[in-house]
Amino acid sequence: MPLPTPFHPRTSALCTSLRWKEWAGYHAVCSYDTCHEPEYMAVRHSAGLLDVTPLYKFDVRGPGATDFLCYVTARNVAKLKIGQVGYGCWCDEDGKVLDDGTVTRWDENDYRVTSADPSFAWLSRHARGFDVAIEDVSEDLAALALQGPTSRAILEDACDGDVGALPFFRAMRARLGGVDIDVTRTGYTGDLGYEVWIPREHALTVYDALTEAGRPHGMLPMGLDALDVCRVEAGFILIGVDYFSARRCLIEAQKSSPFEIGLGWTVHLKRDNFIGRDALLAEKRAGSTWALVGLEIDWEELEHLFDAHGLPPQLPTSAWRTAVPVHTGGQQVGRATSGAWSPLLKQNLALASVESRHSAPGTRLAIEVTVEFERKLVSATVRKPPFFDPERKRSTPASQPSSAGEHS
Amino acid sequence: MAERWDAIVVGGGHNGLVCAAYLAKAGKKVLVLERRDVLGGAAVSEEVYPGFTYSVCSYVVSLLRPWIIRDLQLPRFGLSIIPLECAFLPTHEGPGLARWGDAERTRREIARFSAKDAEVYPEFGKTMVQMARFVKPLIDAPAPDPLSLRPGRLAELMRHGQRLRELSQEHQAQLSKMMTMSAADYLDEWFESDVLKAPMSVSGIIGTFLGVRSPGTAYVLLHHYMGEIDGAFRSWGFSKGGTGQVSLSIARAAQHFGAEIRTGVGVEQVRMAGGRATGVVLANGDELDASAVVSGVDPHRTFLGLVGEDHLSEDFVSQIRRYKLRGSSGKVNLAVDRLPVFACRPEGDAHLRGDVAIAPSIEYLERAYDEAKYGDFSKRPYLNVVIPSLVDPSVAPPGKHVISCFVQYAPYNLKEGAHTWPDRREAFGDAVVDTLAEYAPGLKESILHRQVLTPWDLEQEFGLTEGNIFHGELSLEQLAFQRPAAGWAHYKTPVRDLWMCGSGTHPGGGIMGASGALAARAMLGTRAS
Repeated sequence: MPLPTPFHPRTSALCTSLRWKEWAGYHAVCSYDTCHEPEYMAVRHSAGLLDVTPLYKFDVRGPGATDFLCYVTARNVAKLKIGQVGYGCWCDEDGKVLDDGTVTRWDENDYRVTSADPSFAWLSRHARGFDVAIEDVSEDLAALALQGPTSRAILEDACDGDVGALPFFRAMRARLGGVDIDVTRTGYTGDLGYEVWIPREHALTVYDALTEAGRPHGMLPMGLDALDVCRVEAGFILIGVDYFSARRCLIEAQKSSPFEIGLGWTVHLKRDNFIGRDALLAEKRAGSTWALVGLEIDWEELEHLFDAHGLPPQLPTSAWRTAVPVHTGGQQVGRATSGAWSPLLKQNLALASVESRHSAPGTRLAIEVTVEFERKLVSATVRKPPFFDPERKRSTPASQPSSAGEHS
Repeated sequence: MAERWDAIVVGGGHNGLVCAAYLAKAGKKVLVLERRDVLGGAAVSEEVYPGFTYSVCSYVVSLLRPWIIRDLQLPRFGLSIIPLECAFLPTHEGPGLARWGDAERTRREIARFSAKDAEVYPEFGKTMVQMARFVKPLIDAPAPDPLSLRPGRLAELMRHGQRLRELSQEHQAQLSKMMTMSAADYLDEWFESDVLKAPMSVSGIIGTFLGVRSPGTAYVLLHHYMGEIDGAFRSWGFSKGGTGQVSLSIARAAQHFGAEIRTGVGVEQVRMAGGRATGVVLANGDELDASAVVSGVDPHRTFLGLVGEDHLSEDFVSQIRRYKLRGSSGKVNLAVDRLPVFACRPEGDAHLRGDVAIAPSIEYLERAYDEAKYGDFSKRPYLNVVIPSLVDPSVAPPGKHVISCFVQYAPYNLKEGAHTWPDRREAFGDAVVDTLAEYAPGLKESILHRQVLTPWDLEQEFGLTEGNIFHGELSLEQLAFQRPAAGWAHYKTPVRDLWMCGSGTHPGGGIMGASGALAARAMLGTRAS
């Protein structure tokens, strides 16, 4: 049975829809109201507050911490400056992705790793020979994502400390409602946004302070349904949906390399040994079989298919994540793994894995749709994600845009 | 040699800009001239009071055509629409009526007034959607013209006839009722509760000098359901940054495609030579040459002003003179230091995240019309109120709000003459604030700034003749092949090389952009999709 997060007394009172789902063993809100759209609109035009406590969190400390993280992740963690956050993935010996997450460098030898899957055992297994202590702080830390164009103003109002100046993919300590917290300028919406890491026992104090500060800035509590639309617009992949952890795959064909899921930019090959390096080098040379692409699904064609039945075009209001075939010239060349209508961009979008020879932006493919119980194909054009990439995501007021920021 | 343009668009309203964007996209050298310093015409955002951005005139986006959004890639140029989540009618007794996107919640709300209406409401919606499928091709293409025997026009007419035949007999009957009945009578056939019928009926009268009991007003009810048949596009929404952002996103698209836009440049007249338009004469006396001139201003201003009667046939002039503009509405914009609290529903703000109608009964609306018929503004008017800052904090300082009140009736021709409006302006503003404050006590104390726009002001400041927000009433005899005049409904004018692209052409009305786009297509000689 899933557990309540430390925010449950507040979130359950607000969740009038009673729409919940399980996320990493916790109860998580799908949408607070029957329909998630106001929450989605809040993220894109004001701000949304999302409980992200179910993320796994690990503190990695000790003289060998940097070397250790350089060894286990595909990213050159040594390059992270103090106070910087890096996004990346870690692979098995065959260069297949196990999980993706962030690494925050708090100090020379003090890191925090977040992940979507439990990773303590795997990290510990590889720690042998490194002078490093790994602590699973998943349950000690509650976490909130505050995302959207007014998130900076809200945090500035709520916090002591100059959080407004925090650049993209940077981290700082701050005080909020009398509580010491960690703030990272990160998120899963592709918008201006922050994640706030809070000692579990102070979770409600911080939640209340943020709610109070958020009110004049149009903030709404936000559930996973709204997040799902945002992350498709932002082109962010989801483990278990757009790719599968090699740890869980039953057959080789289900596994993916970082290059195949759009994470090639997080792989730093020009350095000493790290897990999966040889396989990744070989794949880099030989080329990858698959590529992760964005698809923009043709609206007119879809409209005509519905019109043939005398119907107006209908789309699911939520994001979808049931994989559907992608074709070209009568051949299946991949699958779209998740998608959503973007109310902001007025586009029908999908993320897809396609054979890499069909992955060039502008390529016209066809995606399977079901119209009145009949399977049909409509054209879809390959796009390079993100679909939505506002300047505010990475800009910081009264300072130069951070060039040392994150790629995505 | 002087610079020469393929087309000069007179007026930087949203239709003029759409027209310019399509012409530029087709490779034409286009210049848009806007008299005011700010683009958008009546779809304009202005910071009238420091820190508060008003959607000064038009305040919601209704039927901006999806194909225009796609063709011009408007989201890329800054268009962002936030849907209205609720339609709220406050009442003096009980909690009022809120209609939500959530059908079950709406059913319970309506059932408080009538269990029968609560069940019929979705049936009504379904019927409207089915019939709107017939109407949609009408607004996305040039008007079918039963007066024309040209093969292309006849084929068009037959296609529409075909679609009409595809409607069931019952729907054909419904459609003919909607074309002829009043909104109030038509709704009487479906519903029994006044509290439901009154706010629904007003869509039939907005921008017209008619009452909810006037025949022909039922048809516009359909427009409310048009958005439904655009699939995911949704119908009514706020534009982030105010409605001016719609215009600005179109302007950016137009510039992207190569159009040039100049503001603060008034056009005095269309220059004529040998019976054709050859350019424009500016207010400062300068002349600009163009192969074609496109007027985005209303038909009166275009023909009786820019062209001049001397260049037109007597018959055409009298047609244009008979074309009814007679504005019937005004606008009050408020900057407030807190969110208004409606006494009937003081908790929460979800019911304020859409529009709030002050339309407590059909009788109330009809009485409001009575005053206007005899040359006065309604002391207790119909109000359509929105608080866009609730969902778009960018238009007001944190915690503060802008309130936009659309007000009907405010007849252009007051008993003592339209020119007496400036003396009545503040009394009109008071009537609006008093009306709203009856439902939201404490409103007056919260007001930081008030902008009152009478029909006179809409004419003087925005160039809307007689203050008509649609460049001419959307009454049946002025729609489709008769907009603005029989025989001249296809964006062409009796003056060679002079075209029309404003709301005074088919289909007109609201921030749709269809008039501008269809005008451009007509000029380019391309078929509508």
